[in-house]
Amino acid sequence: MGRHPLLNMILARVTGTVVSSHKSRKIEGIRFLLLEKIDPVSMKGKGDFVVAMDSVGAGPGEIVFYVSGSSARFTDITEGRPSDCTITAIVDSIEKDGVYTYLKNH
Amino acid sequence: MVFGMVVGTVVCSSRKDGTDGPRYLLVERTDPRGRRKGDHLVALDAVGAGHEELVLVSEGSPARETPSTVNRPFDALIVGIVDVVDGQEGILYKK
Repeated sequence: MGRHPLLNMILARVTGTVVSSHKSRKIEGIRFLLLEKIDPVSMKGKGDFVVAMDSVGAGPGEIVFYVSGSSARFTDITEGRPSDCTITAIVDSIEKDGVYTYLKNH
Repeated sequence: MVFGMVVGTVVCSSRKDGTDGPRYLLVERTDPRGRRKGDHLVALDAVGAGHEELVLVSEGSPARETPSTVNRPFDALIVGIVDVVDGQEGILYKK
């Protein structure tokens, strides 16, 4: 399980929203975002997409990271709800090997 | 647990993880010799790891089994800094 590419807090870019009018009553009112996983050095998308529930108010184009599996249920918004992928933070900056690869609003 | 190397930091002022103490580090997966694999993840730092240190990352629900992460949305946690990896063919890694 741990090596599954969907697992672990992984950096992604919000590329869109997902709207569903027919859904479980337990997840009504929760926003779904379409995320594309990125390489933290080139900041390019990997072509690998995932749908996540939003707990932070992320918007299109923002870099975020998400938790998956049972940990996805431990935010205020997703507690007790059938989420297996939740955005928990909006990224301000990424530094790798002493070089900033991403700075928000730059 | 898997081996990883701390290669950077990730800063987030907007986070809904129930804590704002521990910082997030950018970790690149490695083999037991500390050779990087090019695959990255973000992990919460529970031990104060530094740049280019080989660390142990606990993944999935066990990442919530520490006082600072219990019942909080974490699925990757740095739980140790590696000093030595001793394999059958000798020392694979030494800090």
